Amino acid sequence: MSDDTPNTPPEVPPKSEGEQPQATRDETPADKPKPSDKDQAAKIAAAKAKDKGEPADQGPKEPWEDKPRPPAHEDGAQDPDARALAEAVAGSVLAADRFAGELTLTVARNKLIEACRFLKNQQQFAFLVDLTAVDWPERAEGRFDVVYWMHRFSDSKRLRLRTVVSEDQPVGSVTGVWKTANWMEREVFDMFGIYFDGHPNLERILTWEGFNGHPLRKDFPVVGIDTGAAIYPDVYPPGGGPVTAAGTEEGGDQ
Amino acid sequence: MNDSTPSLFDVEEMELSFGPQHPATHGVLRVMLKLDGEKILDAKPIIGYLHRGTEKLFETMPFPQCLPHTDRMDYVAAATNNQGFVVTMEKLLGITIPPRAAYIRMLLAELQRLASHLVWLATHAIDIGAMTPFFYTFRERDAILDLFEEYCGARLTLNCMRIGGVPHELPDGWTDRCAAFANDFPRHIEEYEDLLTNNRIWKRRTVDVGVISAEDAIEWGLTGPPLRGSGVKWDIRKVFPYDRYDEIDFEIPIGSNGDTYDRYLVRIEEMRQSVRIIQQCLIRLPGGPIMAKAPKVLRAGQGMVYASVEAPKGELGYFIVATDKGTNPYRCHVRPPSFINVQALPELVRGRLVADLVAVIGTLDIVLGEIDR
Repeated sequence: MSDDTPNTPPEVPPKSEGEQPQATRDETPADKPKPSDKDQAAKIAAAKAKDKGEPADQGPKEPWEDKPRPPAHEDGAQDPDARALAEAVAGSVLAADRFAGELTLTVARNKLIEACRFLKNQQQFAFLVDLTAVDWPERAEGRFDVVYWMHRFSDSKRLRLRTVVSEDQPVGSVTGVWKTANWMEREVFDMFGIYFDGHPNLERILTWEGFNGHPLRKDFPVVGIDTGAAIYPDVYPPGGGPVTAAGTEEGGDQ
Repeated sequence: MNDSTPSLFDVEEMELSFGPQHPATHGVLRVMLKLDGEKILDAKPIIGYLHRGTEKLFETMPFPQCLPHTDRMDYVAAATNNQGFVVTMEKLLGITIPPRAAYIRMLLAELQRLASHLVWLATHAIDIGAMTPFFYTFRERDAILDLFEEYCGARLTLNCMRIGGVPHELPDGWTDRCAAFANDFPRHIEEYEDLLTNNRIWKRRTVDVGVISAEDAIEWGLTGPPLRGSGVKWDIRKVFPYDRYDEIDFEIPIGSNGDTYDRYLVRIEEMRQSVRIIQQCLIRLPGGPIMAKAPKVLRAGQGMVYASVEAPKGELGYFIVATDKGTNPYRCHVRPPSFINVQALPELVRGRLVADLVAVIGTLDIVLGEIDR
């Protein structure tokens, strides 16, 4: 509820100003009692509840009646797999974080392939579930996170590796470790423009060859960019392609 | 007479573009085939014709507004898409949902699994040449869609779950109608099986077609029936139970040969298990609220979570990155089962005939809306 309240005040004043600029006098009495009425009602209800003493003393509430309990970050360095990896591949684990029961190991970019090989062959993380990237344009140590999410069948444990990459750095491809990484890396390349060293066939996958830009980067406009002009400059003048430049830096007359 | 003279029929290799406008590709999948006569030397799936930038759109809207967009990914199984998203969001926000909401969700998800498997069976069979199952399965699917329509007003893009519970109470008499359907449905499964399971043509078209071993299936990241058909007993509902699946008694059917016929048997058995789950949910359906007490404006803490559900096609996962006090997902990545499964298509069809490609596309049960997002 506390999250809800900050949103209501900004909404009310512009309305009253725009609709009836002169009627401020009438409004104040009409507006004021409302919150106070509500407050009073709430107070009365709270007092009644206190008097009765029932709801407060009913013991622990059911979890769905209580406030949400967001997960917290914990240190994950003591995890056996994190320790095994740190021992086997020296200097690979830069940080270990546990959040919502998920272990995330930050791995040095140059040790990534070695770490993945070790985790797959020695630690039996045979199944690469997911591979994706996150863009943080303002971050100093590197713009992208490349995220690997793997699974071990024997005890159903999942582990996440995260490596930080800047715009001009390639990442080693893990297609040699897990075959399934092939399309996932192609998708990351297509959407973020991250190059994977040693990938057998690094082509665009969801957009077409010659598409201009990488859509999931934060600086790519949601409305799209004028790809027509980028591919066929002689057919479409800049800003006149199939996708108009409305809303982008160049255009925006709509 | 003279062997060295190349004849008209000695064409070494031919390239054939199969799709994207082909009824047997289940949407806009295009497969570039390298053929030697009827034999497939290599196949290269080309995707992206239905790319709508859903992951980009997620970043522009508050968490609850993302939900209708998940419907449009796997459009024959919207309820499980919803479920994947809300389960992940609840993990991120730390919300525990009331038991009644969890049971309603499981009911909807299992009905959706039946509907999705019925579409799979219909299209798979019609691709191979058996037309009759199509009419049978769509008859039952329509009954399921009627139940959905009664619950949430929509038949396909359901938008039938919310972060923290479900939006509507079950309508009067819905549970009775659902129970009647569930009790009647096993009879219809028998009908489909009568048509196909021991049918000689069906077996000739599916047995030993598109074989993949358990090791290869894991290596290629297959999930769902394609993985179970190869004999790996693995189901997210059992491994990482979400909602209240840990209270439900059901089996995970597995195959042994990893061929198209085994995947067919696995899915048929899964339908029976879904019926079991529906019946148990209806019996155990608890009372109480259907929404958890969640703030009206959802704000996440800084962090990244991944959670997945067992969609009819395999493991459907959502990976959500949130910034501190963020109301929108900073990044929301979807791990669609079809995207990963169709990647293994060349492995399954190499060295087979073109007609087998149609059978293999059918058996992978892909939906292009989810592949391209």
